[in-house]
Formats: sequence, structure tokens, C-alpha cells
Amino acid sequence: MSTTTAPQKIALRDAFGAGLVELGKTNEQLVALDADVSSSCKTAAFGAAYPDRFFNCGVGEANMVDIAAGLALGGQRPVCSTFALFLVLKGAEQIRNTVCYNKLPVIIAGGYGGLSDSYDGASHQSLTDIAVMRSLPNMTVVVPGDANGVQHALEQGLEMDGPLYLRLSRNPTPVYSNTCSEPLTIGKIRRLRSGSDITIAVCGVVTNQTLEAVDILDQQGVSAELLEVHTLKPFDTETLIASVAKTGRILTVEEHNVIGGLAGAVAECTAQHHPVPMKTIGVQDCFTESGDYDELLDKYGLSTQNIVAKAKELLS
Amino acid sequence: MTFTIPTDIRRLDPQAVAAESDQIKKNAHIQYLAQENRVDVLDLLHDKGTGHWGGSSSVSEILTTLYFDGMNIRPDEPEWADRDRVVISKGHAAPMIYTVMAKRGYFPVEELDSLRQINSRLQGHPCMRKLPGVELSTGALGHGISVCTGIALASNLQKRETWTWCIVGEGCLNEGESWEGIMTAAKFKTNRFVVLVDHNKVQLDGPCDDIMPLGSLADKFRAFGFTVADHSYDGHDVNAIQESLAWAKSNDTSGPLCIIYDTHKGHGVDFMSDNYKWHGAPIGVDDYQSARPQLVETLKELEASL
Repeated sequence: MSTTTAPQKIALRDAFGAGLVELGKTNEQLVALDADVSSSCKTAAFGAAYPDRFFNCGVGEANMVDIAAGLALGGQRPVCSTFALFLVLKGAEQIRNTVCYNKLPVIIAGGYGGLSDSYDGASHQSLTDIAVMRSLPNMTVVVPGDANGVQHALEQGLEMDGPLYLRLSRNPTPVYSNTCSEPLTIGKIRRLRSGSDITIAVCGVVTNQTLEAVDILDQQGVSAELLEVHTLKPFDTETLIASVAKTGRILTVEEHNVIGGLAGAVAECTAQHHPVPMKTIGVQDCFTESGDYDELLDKYGLSTQNIVAKAKELLS
Repeated sequence: MTFTIPTDIRRLDPQAVAAESDQIKKNAHIQYLAQENRVDVLDLLHDKGTGHWGGSSSVSEILTTLYFDGMNIRPDEPEWADRDRVVISKGHAAPMIYTVMAKRGYFPVEELDSLRQINSRLQGHPCMRKLPGVELSTGALGHGISVCTGIALASNLQKRETWTWCIVGEGCLNEGESWEGIMTAAKFKTNRFVVLVDHNKVQLDGPCDDIMPLGSLADKFRAFGFTVADHSYDGHDVNAIQESLAWAKSNDTSGPLCIIYDTHKGHGVDFMSDNYKWHGAPIGVDDYQSARPQLVETLKELEASL
């Protein structure tokens, strides 16, 4: 990963849109739904390629989730897309009572996750979606960090016997996994770096900042183990516990409220199986604001420098 | 207490009702069976001390007609891909749904005794993952129209000739999602999809006009893009229900359809009928002893036409 040339950048939403079109070629059961943001969330290309299999449901997220559920009951493989905030919260009861309770194979694709709808402000920024989705029985929760991850999660999600929440993001972001030997595999933590002094667990596009932080820590003589916990549920307890048993401490990094997301999942796991000192980086249970995406990430603690600093606090 | 199907009333063989080829006779038998189901539900709810009587009684004839004649189904093969499907969006009618399904052959009638009890397949509101034949877990109101739109879209996409029926009550139509679903079905012109309104005009907390007036439902459905039957039907008269289903089936390329049935919540018992207090109240001994003879008397009147 310490290559000198910058990796290619692709937005997760573009990878999602392209992945749907590609998968639609061979998977005739695949149908896509959107709620009047198909040009933003990139399902529009699927609609152009397969107009009979695309359903723009207008601005009614709850209804769209149930339409998707009905299509699944009728034998289709629906992917249901809109902004994560509205999909998860306006569609929450439908996702719980129809999709999850009946264990229907619906992919709930939350676009513009985290702070990535940066200029639109707090009304559009999704920082509770992981917590909500994680608490629903039968739901699998995946937060990819780059384009390859989106592609692999989509492919695997379409083979699953139940629902998947797939969190996406808006802006172009480095494809860090081009150098990984293993693809994203749902349910299995991916170790991006091996280390012995501290475990850092991360999910989503802020994996990039965390990779940079791990390099800096390395230059400063700190050996950090970086775990990409792309699957928040079901949780890969074994890999996480093996890591913290080795390092004795853990830092979590997520573009989400520190309540109920990655920090919650990690704490639930370590507290029961191998308690270790822990610190969390994420949005501190507050409403966020408009601004440039990178500036917002910095302001809410998701900067390379802050990850380095918090790791050092945990080591001191 | 153990609930057993009482033997003090004449019982039809439900399989014979389903198989009857003489339509006039069949309708009379369905009418009788629907009232028999009403007696069984009253007995069951009294015995269990829990469950919704009002909305169960209201929908008896509609459900019994659909399951025993209106739908192309195979109770011994509930996952059959070319079956017609009914989603009862008003899931609190579970006791009636279960009674009709059991008699139609989806599961043993004796299992009704487990209604709402621990480890039962007969949940307080229907659960499709526990009980094969239930097309959708319902209970939370307002889901049916959207989900059925999706089911119908899949059927249309796969060029199947199947029908999708969705039974809603006023509570469902209070939910905004229902109207989103209605707009969506209209937008995509979903064929062979029918919304059946069990219009009993009473909801949990009181008369609909006091709780949330729905105005002219037919005009609303039409304005939202549905084809609506030009008059409402008596939802307690099997012949009328059969007419309405025939109207729907003659409109199989007209996009989504709506039929409104005039019904009475708690139908069949004078002090329960149209009274919101009997939406879900337990049926105690005194009320049970007053109610049951009324249902049985009607049953005996129907017996004359068998």
C-alpha cells in the first residue's frame, strides 16, 4: 500500500451503478428501485439498460422498500436505492417488519452514507444507519470502503438468502484494495496491515485516512494492525479477538455516530470475549453541518492526524 | 383450557365446499361456511381471552369466498409459483384468516387451539415464516398495498397469469404508505392486482368519521389512478362478492382495480356490530353467552338454503 503513485479514485456510487448494470446482463431476476434520486445514486444507468426491471417509486422510501419486498416475494432479486438517511429512517419499519421479519432477499443500498452528502447538511447526512440496521434480526450489514468492495459485496449479496444493508458513499475515493490479496468477503474481517502494538478497526471510505495514519505510526515506530471491518453483522469475532489478544488495545474509526456502529460492535465483542482498552473515533453524538467533505471529516475527527493522535493516546 | 371445534352446529365438509361444481349450491355453502367460521372464531377468542373479533367477523365472507372459490391455489403446495395470492393487510383479522386457512387444508383445524400461545405457528398477527400459506406477515398496518404492488409487478414481469388480492381496512388506509402504494400501482399499470376494501367504517378508537374521515373512497382511488367498481358490494353476501370478483376478472388488463365492500365490524351480534369497543376486547362469559346464540340462529336460517 505504500506505493508512490496515488491509487485510482472511483466513487462508491459509481461502482454501485456500474456493478448493477454489469450484473443485470446475466442475472435476469435483478431489479432496481430508486426514490427519485437515480441520477445521484447511479441506478439510472440500470434503468436505461433494463427499463422493464427498473422502478422509480418517486419520493416515498417506505413504499419503495415494500414494493421491493413484494418483488422479492414474487421471485425477483431487488436492489433498493436512495440516500441512506431517508432509506433507513423513513423505511425503517418496512425494513424491519417486511424485509427482515420475512427474511426477504432485498439489498438495501444506502447511498450518500456518512457525511458524504456534505454540502446538503445535517438533514441529509446519515450517521445512524449502521446502528439502526445492525439492530434488526436477519439483517447483514456491510460498509465497503472502495469500488472493489462495492462490487464484491453486491455480487455476494445477490446470492444471499436474506437482506443486506449496503452502505455507499458519494465522492471519488481511492481504490486501496487493488493491492489486496483477498477480495471483500462478507462476514470476514480483512486484515490490511499486520502489527503488534495496537489494533485499529475501520469501515468505509475513511479506511483511506486510516491507512495513511498507519503509515505515519509505522514511521514513528508504532506497529499498528489494521482490520477492515466491512461487515458489521454478522460480526467476525474470531479475527477481532485474535488481533486484540496480540496487541492488547483497540481503536475504532468510523464515519458514523460513535453510538451503535463500529464502536458498538467492537465493544460488544471485546467486552465479552477479551476486554482491552479501547478508544473510538467517529461523530460524537451530535448533528453535523454543511461544508466541504474533507473539511467536515477533519472537523468531526476523521483525519489522519487525529487517528495518529488517538492511537498514541491509547498507547501511552 | 383447550379449544375444540364444537359439534353443536351442523358442519359442512370444507373440502366438499371447495370442490362443489354447482355454482349456486357452492355459493350457498360458502355463505354457510362463512357463518360457521364466525361461530368458530367467537368460540376460539372467548376460550383464549385474546384476539380481534371485530375485524375478523367483518371479513369472513370475503375471505371464505376467496379461499374456497375465487383463487387458484393449492393448499398442499403453498409455494406453487403460479398460485394466486391474497395478502390480508389488516393482519389483526388473524383468527378468521387461520380458521379459513385451516378449513381450506393448509393446516389441521385442531391447531387453532394454539392461537396466540407460546411456540405456536399461529402468531397474534400472521407470520409467513412460521405458517406456510401466509403470503405476507402483516399486523403493522399499511404494508399490504405496496407489497402486493411488488408481487403483481413480479408476476407481470414474468408474464404469469396470477392474481394478487390485497384486503385492507380503514386503519390501513389511514397510513400514508397505502396511498404511496396506490400511486405506484397506478404508475406501473399493474394488471391482475385488486385492492379489496373491508369498509366497516369503524376503527380501534371509534367510528372512522371521528378518528380519521376517509371521505369518498371510490373517488379517492379513482383520482389516484385505480379502476374502481362502479358500486360498492355487500361484503356479507357471497353472491354479491362473487359478482365483484367476476367484475375484477373481466378487467384483467385494466391496471390496478379496487372493490369496496360494505361490511359491519363484529357482524352477526347486535351489541357488537359497528361498535368499536369490540375491535379487540376479550370476550367474557356473559358477552359470549349473549353473542353465540345470535350467530347460531343465523346459521340455522342459512341451513335452510343448503
